[in-house]
Amino acid sequence: MERIHTLAIQQTCDIGFISKVEEASGQHISKCYQCGNCTASCAYTHVYDYPVNQIMRLVQLGQKKAVLQSRSIWLCATCQACTTRCPNNLDVARIMETLRIMSRQENMVAERDIELFYHEFLESIKAFGRVFETGLLPMFSLKAGKPFTDMDLAPRVLKKGKLAFLPQRIKGRKQVAAIFHRFEAHQLKRTEELRQAGLTQPVEGDSHPDECE
Amino acid sequence: MKRRIAYYQGCSLEGLAIEYDTSTRAVCEALDVELVEIPDWSCCGSTPAHSHDALLSAVLAGRNLAIAESTGCELAMTPCPGCLKSLKGALQAFHNQSERDVFLEILAMPFTGHIKAISILQLLYEIIGVDEISRRVIRPLNDLVLAPYYGCLLSRPAQFAEFDDPENPISMDELLVGAGAKLVDFPYKTECCGATYGVTRNQIVARLTGRILDMAAGLGAQAIVVACPLCQQNLDLRQSQVNRYWKRRFDIPVVYITQLLGLALGLEPEQLAWDKLFVEPDWPLTAPAVERDHLEKAQS
Repeated sequence: MERIHTLAIQQTCDIGFISKVEEASGQHISKCYQCGNCTASCAYTHVYDYPVNQIMRLVQLGQKKAVLQSRSIWLCATCQACTTRCPNNLDVARIMETLRIMSRQENMVAERDIELFYHEFLESIKAFGRVFETGLLPMFSLKAGKPFTDMDLAPRVLKKGKLAFLPQRIKGRKQVAAIFHRFEAHQLKRTEELRQAGLTQPVEGDSHPDECE
Repeated sequence: MKRRIAYYQGCSLEGLAIEYDTSTRAVCEALDVELVEIPDWSCCGSTPAHSHDALLSAVLAGRNLAIAESTGCELAMTPCPGCLKSLKGALQAFHNQSERDVFLEILAMPFTGHIKAISILQLLYEIIGVDEISRRVIRPLNDLVLAPYYGCLLSRPAQFAEFDDPENPISMDELLVGAGAKLVDFPYKTECCGATYGVTRNQIVARLTGRILDMAAGLGAQAIVVACPLCQQNLDLRQSQVNRYWKRRFDIPVVYITQLLGLALGLEPEQLAWDKLFVEPDWPLTAPAVERDHLEKAQS
């Protein structure tokens, strides 16, 4: 029998986490009254560790670690079924995306392969200006240690003449790379500003139980 | 007068969805729309960018809209719903007072934000219109039974997409009926196909896509009609993987709306890249063209 997963919510509550999620997503998480429409609409619950309504509840309870380390936030495909059906007009998919971004920033990603695939995808854009499908897949497969990913499809794609052997190097690829650089510089500056203002999040494990009184 | 619209094809349409690009261009030409390809366009960033940071996604997409504005077009059209989402995200960032400055600072290009981003379905359904398109049909899709599949993003979320209905979209239905096709009442119109997890979590796509194929097959559809390159890739290219996962023998063509409308408008299959589909139709692509007045008699 599977072990029941329990959380000692009083000990792990991080009240700052709630407002940080609300601010970054622009959503008032307290509006969720656990009707379960989001979970009923979700096509991914079968692979989630926490169904999406439980993620909402865990955010309400300030359970930063459980939420940011969950698989669910990385397996959400942003299909918008939850957002479409929320009776309180919460943009649930946006909250999931906010959590995904935060989990990467806090280095708490549970689904490493998905993060790696996204990373390689962005690297491809940075290098060529457009995504080079033929180069992206082998690069991901190699780094993920899954060398046979989609090998069964390769001959058919080849036969249809749909594989490009060289990337489209656009003229503006340096301009695109510069966007990445300016964005990264902006991120650094912002983190530094927050640090100086003393607004950085407590490091993992450094929770404040009494704040939830 | 010929309509002039900036065209953002996106990376998929250069590769695995080449037939969507070919058929979009051909149908637009047949409908007197001049597509101005955005010069030196770059990737919109797709899911990886907006999963990284909304601002990065907005600026990557914004570069393309900034170039599109320099062509003098007032509309930018993309066939890919994922690209559309990114382009709209760029406009949203620009029109949001608190984000505009940093958006422009990272973009570092002139941008007025006057341009609007639309999908190919919006162009066909809202701007050209079902009536005009069906008036131009010379080879109706008679007797074809089709399942219209919209996927997640074309009409969702409603306030963002500002198009069609988020639960029961009908734009493709009406375009196809206008071209003479019959439709199955497809309950999985907006169920998710598994999105980008084909590479990283193959079984998710096999499971979700299998349900869509099963429903379409059960209802007797001869093809599933799509308007998204990712949905098409999951349903068509990965149909062999779905068959292995479910131990089934699905053999359903998954075709782009533009390929079918192109046939109805009298274009030849080669002009619409029909040979690029992995699951090829077993029905004839070109029934004989019908004279206009014959068609009207048949319809009345």
